[in-house]
Amino acid sequence: MRIPLSALIGLVMTGLFVLSALFAPWIAPYPIDAAVGQVWEGPSQQYWLGTDTIGRDILSRLIYGGSVTIFVALVSSLLSFGMGAFFGFLAATRGGWIDTGLSRVVDLMMAVPSLIVALVVLSVLPLNLTVLILVMGVLDSTRVFRLSRAVAADIAVMDYVEAAKLRGERQGWIIFREILPNAMSPLVAEFGMRFIFAVLFISTLSFLGLGIQPPLSDWGGMVRENKDGLVYGKAAALMPALAIAVLAISVNLVADWILQRTSSLKGGRGG
Amino acid sequence: MADLLTIKNLRIEATAYPPGEAPKHLVLVDDVSVSVQKGRVLGLIGESGAGKSTIGLAALSFGRGGVRLTGGQVLLNGRDIRTADASGLRALRGREVTYVAQSAAAAFNPAKRLMTQVIETCLLHKLMTKEQAEARAVELFAKLGLPDPETFGRRYPHQVSGGQLQRAMTAMALCPKPDLVIFDEPTTALDVTTQIDVLAAIKEAIRDTGVAAIYITHDLAVVAQVADDILVLRHGKAVEYGATDQIISAPVQDYTQALVSVRSIDHAEKTDAKPILRAQGITARYRGTDFDVLQDITVDVAAGQTLAIVGESGSGKSTLARVITGLLPARAGQITFDGRTLSPDLATRSKDDLRQVQMIYQMADTAMNPRQTVGTIIGRPLEFYFGLKGEAKRARVQDLLDQIEMGAGFENRYPAELSGGQKQRVCIARALAAKPKLILCDEVTSALDPLVADGILKLLLNLQAQEGVAYLFITHDLATVKAIADKIAVMYRGKVVRYGQKSDVLAPPFDDYTDLLLSSVPEMKTGWLEGVLKTRKMESAGN
Repeated sequence: MRIPLSALIGLVMTGLFVLSALFAPWIAPYPIDAAVGQVWEGPSQQYWLGTDTIGRDILSRLIYGGSVTIFVALVSSLLSFGMGAFFGFLAATRGGWIDTGLSRVVDLMMAVPSLIVALVVLSVLPLNLTVLILVMGVLDSTRVFRLSRAVAADIAVMDYVEAAKLRGERQGWIIFREILPNAMSPLVAEFGMRFIFAVLFISTLSFLGLGIQPPLSDWGGMVRENKDGLVYGKAAALMPALAIAVLAISVNLVADWILQRTSSLKGGRGG
Repeated sequence: MADLLTIKNLRIEATAYPPGEAPKHLVLVDDVSVSVQKGRVLGLIGESGAGKSTIGLAALSFGRGGVRLTGGQVLLNGRDIRTADASGLRALRGREVTYVAQSAAAAFNPAKRLMTQVIETCLLHKLMTKEQAEARAVELFAKLGLPDPETFGRRYPHQVSGGQLQRAMTAMALCPKPDLVIFDEPTTALDVTTQIDVLAAIKEAIRDTGVAAIYITHDLAVVAQVADDILVLRHGKAVEYGATDQIISAPVQDYTQALVSVRSIDHAEKTDAKPILRAQGITARYRGTDFDVLQDITVDVAAGQTLAIVGESGSGKSTLARVITGLLPARAGQITFDGRTLSPDLATRSKDDLRQVQMIYQMADTAMNPRQTVGTIIGRPLEFYFGLKGEAKRARVQDLLDQIEMGAGFENRYPAELSGGQKQRVCIARALAAKPKLILCDEVTSALDPLVADGILKLLLNLQAQEGVAYLFITHDLATVKAIADKIAVMYRGKVVRYGQKSDVLAPPFDDYTDLLLSSVPEMKTGWLEGVLKTRKMESAGN
């Protein structure tokens, strides 16, 4: 199996992000919330990416923050895919009032900008990781629902799905064994996109102060803490932004490659 | 007289790019030579993949989708057009050579009126003024037997029937007075009763305008009606080339002989037995419509025998199968299976009822999940109905593969790695795996080449003899019916118009529709077309 260069870069970069997130306490050179240097120091031997608004090491905070950001984004996209794909497939295979009901609920949710919904909901509910993940997952699942319903509607009218129905197969088999394998390609590609949107969304929420709460930190929160530095030409706020951009690109390089591999007709074993 | 078109040692190649594999170099057509004289018709015949259309398009010096004409000569009116440049080709296409595609419905622009499209080529090449072109189009419409030739051109493509659209495309091809017209399977997508009219119209138009033509088809009986010479192709190579009479009555090559003698299965009709399935007074309509697709259908399928349902598209054949399977619950009537009444709705049938009635589809491609191996596809009914697992399941799958004459080594293949005939065999094995008493076969051989279809029919007959399974065989092809049926029901516009043992149904006196249907099946002899048109009792409905 040959891995194209772009995918290799994506894999290595994504792998580095995941590893540093997993082993943050061992990798980070300084504790997350210790003021170790001067305010807004530039990059140096001691502090590779400089220090932030109260003198904390930015690299350490990026590594710790990355673990929170990636964890929240990953779990919420998994949640949104689980929910969205399941209900989307259900709507497509059952049709009738189930389809109409689910689709209208989704329309209703999509009619309101998700950031506003999230802000309203989060200002009412207690702010913790579980609530945050649930809110993001549910809001994002509406997009996944739309996609999986459209994909599954095309597959559900194929003769092999009809053959499975005639055999008397249960809904579970039809969704997971007949439709899902054939819907994988667009869903995987969408997952790469959705994961990055989730990263951006959690960062946005944190920037607005409704996301990750101290003492935890994440990339969006770091941009907020350091945004005043931009006025003085300090690059501290750009570091987490750069991290978000690099993560987005690497994940999508991998997603592209998977998409290419699985779109082969031979069951995706080629490549 | 000099040849209009001469193809010498033509070689056509293409490069395929299977995802994830090294590019494959393919030779589509190898060393084919043929010529067409002015006013003559050449028939190109062969199975799918034989290179018929590719050679047809080569007469326009056109390669579809990356196909390259790499060797030999294509001489049109004495010039070699294989190596001609783009502007030279633009000048000749639509002027000296025109093309009639298989699917007229897909070839017409739905947003423009027919007249605009029919005269487009004439105007583009500045061959005549708009008035002259329209006058010629009307003349051609009349010649092709289209209704109201004066106003026909004002209609949009969706406002005319499939047969009419195919004739409109013929008018489009003839309008610029070309020297050569390429007909690429122009009647293949049409019903047999419509095909005969279109065929007659095309033949007459060719004769009257004195144009030369290349007629591409997979049906030897059809080409025998229109062609003066026939070139038989297989795997991109010429098998036999000769006058139509010689090819039909005295073929030299084995392959041509097989093509001519195809459908020679002799199936003696069994005497009527106890019915396994009785459909009584079935009336059905699709949701949201106010039209009964099936009206009061009563038929029996005898145990271990075959009932063939015959009719043209739209007659309700497949709908009847949907009602029997429970996919479309009937509005009235009841279905009795093996002495007990079947619930009209699929959802409320018992697992054993579902097991007893299996289905085989027309398109084996879409009837199998492309992400499952042959082993999974055949093994699933075994697991689902009989709880077989592991080694027992694997052994039974191999038994079934042996039964469909495919043998070892197929279990781990994916459907994409099978040929068309093999795919249909796997679908048969999947149906057999459930040990059903009845299999519904919906046009199972229609998408296959004649020789492959023959193999499938023989297999089905063998399996019936071994397993005692009954078939409800839906088809529009009367040759298939003769080969496999014990009983026949002829359907027309949602009703059974004729029903009984095969020998009774296919023996005169006929009702008008059955007569039309039977007489429309092309026979493999020249001059058949003219004979039929004189003697038939009823005009075809859809023409």
